[in-house]
Amino acid sequence: MNEMTTVARTTTLKDWETDQEVRWCPGCGDYAILKAVQRTMPEIGTTPENTVFVSGIGCSSRFPYYMETYGFHTIHGRAPAFATGLKLANPDLDIWIVTGDGDGLSIGGNHTMHLIRRNLDCQIMLFNNEIYGLTKGQYSPTSRVGTTSPSTPFGSVDRPAQPCAFALGAGARFVARGFDVSKELPNVLKAAHAHKGAAFIEIFQNCIVYNKDVFQDFAAPKGAEDRQLWLQNGEPMLFAKGTKGIALDSGALELKVVDVVDGDWQAAGVIVHDVTNRSVAHMLVEMRFGEFPMALGVLYDDPRPTFEADVVRQNAAAREGKTADLQSLLKKGQTWTVKEGGPEL
Amino acid sequence: MATAVVDRAGEGQAPLSDAVVVRFAGDSGDGMQLTGGQFTLSSALAGNDFATFPDFPAEIRAPQGTLFGVSAFQINFGSSAIDTAGDAPDVLVAMNPAALKTNVAALKLGGLIIADEGEFNDRNLAKAKYDSNPLEDGSLAKWQLLKLNISQATLDAVKPFGLGNKEALRCKNMWTLGLALWMFDRDRQPLIDWLNAKFAKLPDLAAANVAALNAGHAYGETAELAGPLKQHHVGPAPVEPGLYRTLTGAEAVALGLVAGAQLAKLPMFFGGYPITPASAILHHLSRLKEYDVTTFQAEDEIAAICSAIGASYGGSLGVTSSSGPGIALKGEAMGLAIMTELPLVIVNSQRGGPSTGLPTKTEQSDLYQAVYGRNGDAPMPVIAARSPADAFECAIEACRVAVQYMTPVMLLTDGYIANAAEPWHVPDLTAYEDFPVQFLTEAPEGGFKPYGRDEKLARPWVKPGTPGLLHRIGGIEKEIDTGHINYAPANHQAMTDIRKAKVDGIKVPDQGVELGAEGGKLAVVGWGSTFGPIHQAVRRKRADGADVSHIHIRHIWPLPANLGELLKSYDKVIVPEMNTGQLKTVLRDQYLVDAKPVNKVSGQPFTIAEIESAIEEALK
Repeated sequence: MNEMTTVARTTTLKDWETDQEVRWCPGCGDYAILKAVQRTMPEIGTTPENTVFVSGIGCSSRFPYYMETYGFHTIHGRAPAFATGLKLANPDLDIWIVTGDGDGLSIGGNHTMHLIRRNLDCQIMLFNNEIYGLTKGQYSPTSRVGTTSPSTPFGSVDRPAQPCAFALGAGARFVARGFDVSKELPNVLKAAHAHKGAAFIEIFQNCIVYNKDVFQDFAAPKGAEDRQLWLQNGEPMLFAKGTKGIALDSGALELKVVDVVDGDWQAAGVIVHDVTNRSVAHMLVEMRFGEFPMALGVLYDDPRPTFEADVVRQNAAAREGKTADLQSLLKKGQTWTVKEGGPEL
Repeated sequence: MATAVVDRAGEGQAPLSDAVVVRFAGDSGDGMQLTGGQFTLSSALAGNDFATFPDFPAEIRAPQGTLFGVSAFQINFGSSAIDTAGDAPDVLVAMNPAALKTNVAALKLGGLIIADEGEFNDRNLAKAKYDSNPLEDGSLAKWQLLKLNISQATLDAVKPFGLGNKEALRCKNMWTLGLALWMFDRDRQPLIDWLNAKFAKLPDLAAANVAALNAGHAYGETAELAGPLKQHHVGPAPVEPGLYRTLTGAEAVALGLVAGAQLAKLPMFFGGYPITPASAILHHLSRLKEYDVTTFQAEDEIAAICSAIGASYGGSLGVTSSSGPGIALKGEAMGLAIMTELPLVIVNSQRGGPSTGLPTKTEQSDLYQAVYGRNGDAPMPVIAARSPADAFECAIEACRVAVQYMTPVMLLTDGYIANAAEPWHVPDLTAYEDFPVQFLTEAPEGGFKPYGRDEKLARPWVKPGTPGLLHRIGGIEKEIDTGHINYAPANHQAMTDIRKAKVDGIKVPDQGVELGAEGGKLAVVGWGSTFGPIHQAVRRKRADGADVSHIHIRHIWPLPANLGELLKSYDKVIVPEMNTGQLKTVLRDQYLVDAKPVNKVSGQPFTIAEIESAIEEALK
């Protein structure tokens, strides 16, 4: 989110579409995400000229070309660093970072971590398809163990990174999850935009060419009720049409799935979602799918002062009462004057 | 080097007629850099011209007394123009055996060694790998030796102030400085004032240091020393009247960048990452926020340049700075700045390489990296500073080229320029022509073209936030005018040609001759911090009647338009460089001239004598 300095005006989805031909593979999950973003933008009251999409390299990073805003398609993994300089140069801009599991967690993992820890005000959309698409199908840092790919013909052996756990570990004050074709995605994006500070959103995205349907086990519409836990602040963590819920095993300090009988979730000990509870957030991002449903929506949201606001404040304080007289700066320190007769202090 | 010395070409001057080279050497913890710095100031106040060379180890606190823990500071001062920190010292002050061992070989034959014999005990001699005490065994017979128990004399002098033994011994450098001030007939008062100000909150410490200083001075004055210790007065150098201060290259770059941003009427954004010897630029700028400077210590070198490019995209003047290894990491991002045609200044304070190399030593071995070191055909202007004072001018020039041509620019300095101090005639800023940036704020007639071009082939600079000029940029090849993605063969050919033509077309002043004539038997062509030794060597040889001229190149890329013709007007061309011949290769490539290399890669600057022999050799 940002402080608006330009006059808000009403926009429609069309105002956010460019004339560029979209070049993702037919059926790619990126199309759905693009639509969701274009649908969200008119609802959050910002203007195209005040909005900048910054991306790195990869399929997801083509995103800026398709948004009728300012856009910067940078280099592999470095979008967070560009965004940091841009935001410090103009804190009024509304900045969206578009990255992927390879761009944001492998080559650019360091920058993602530092952007989050500094809490730069921006939205980070990490499209997670668990594969390298643009380079033709190598396994990625989020690929599951055993993923066969051109670079791992016998299956990958390294354990995958967990994007939301990574973000929270880096100090994120906002962590959310959604997936490409979900109707809820615009609401997640709106919540991310409303959060002042670095808002991290993991978006599961279906790569139909190199990693097709890898999220179908929870994203498929059929049976979604049983496998998706959509979190709502202030609401009990219920799924499977209210017949199951998430409770705390206070002995083991772990979450557990409990049955809810006759809608009496209190009796079952189901937790009410508090987006500001960091301890529970740590447990939610670690929930193993299968044993648990996939936690989706806003997992954590507890704002802190932003990096750029603190920089602006410190710069202003340092400037207080000083005049920017460069000529006098040049003369600073110990000087001496040379006269015709010789030097003197 | 004294930029302000009258008649700097100095054709008629006797070379180094009345100049003295003093080297202070001691343990890292002995305060030699501070001693040297204060002696430098006293030289300035005495009206001498001077040049300095701080030479310190990479280790922050190397084990005491070891050979690799020696820190030295050399100053050359005199009553005529000084261009270098001097070749061989006339006086070596050695605070311990290790300092003597690592520095004595450089001392002029018959030069004076002042050694603190209090430190020449068995333990320290062993650490310095001396089998016997050199102060006693006659091995220093080529030089004059003055043994003084500086440690004890200091302890005696500061006794009344109740300092602990360790603290008391830390005043040794002031005792030594006091003696040096006496030797060269210098006024102590400015230094006493400085000590009182520095230790204002610790009056005992101030008093102890002043006492040590006075004791050292008094020692020189009263000790009846038969032999080497003599007072020597070096008269003032004839310099232009005006206001002066001392300036290091790092300060000069910082001030020049601030001046450049102000002349461009832009806020400056500086993204940096700590690296020796470039960090000092970040330190200086982070204190200058009132000049509309934002500094950002990034998580790495790549983030430092990328944040600066992001800031330039946002309408600030983006600047980043590093040294060789960090510059290598920034290479890909430089390509992006070239592709997206955004202004950016990249400062490279070169150090010994490759890899980590010699972090605290100087070298000029990043010229290839600056001119050629990126993927693709990625032309980028390169400007090289010759001295601390020149770095101020070069930084302004780099800012000007960056914003006027919408291009990244590399400014080369080196470890020597960054750390060395010289007197600086404070310039009058009103004498500089400003170059205010005009951002595009509305579509021109015929429509907005993000990659449309002006007469300099520069594209328009549009700040995000500007209504009506929305566009996308990036590292993929751009379509002419529109800036859309375009992979078409003819478009890539045309865009590559345009990027080249833009940089080739940057207006660079014609190359002049620093000393000598246009045309003749021999040109000595240099760049960067070799200016001093080349200039002095050419001056000396010309005084001997040799037909030799000095050409010093500031604009490494693009090169001055007349340079090829100028070089061809000499029978021979030699190129002294602190690398294995990088400018030499560029000159041969560009002009088909038979430029011969003169190389030194020891981590130390050229001596004047080395260049003189190269000249003699070339004229044989």
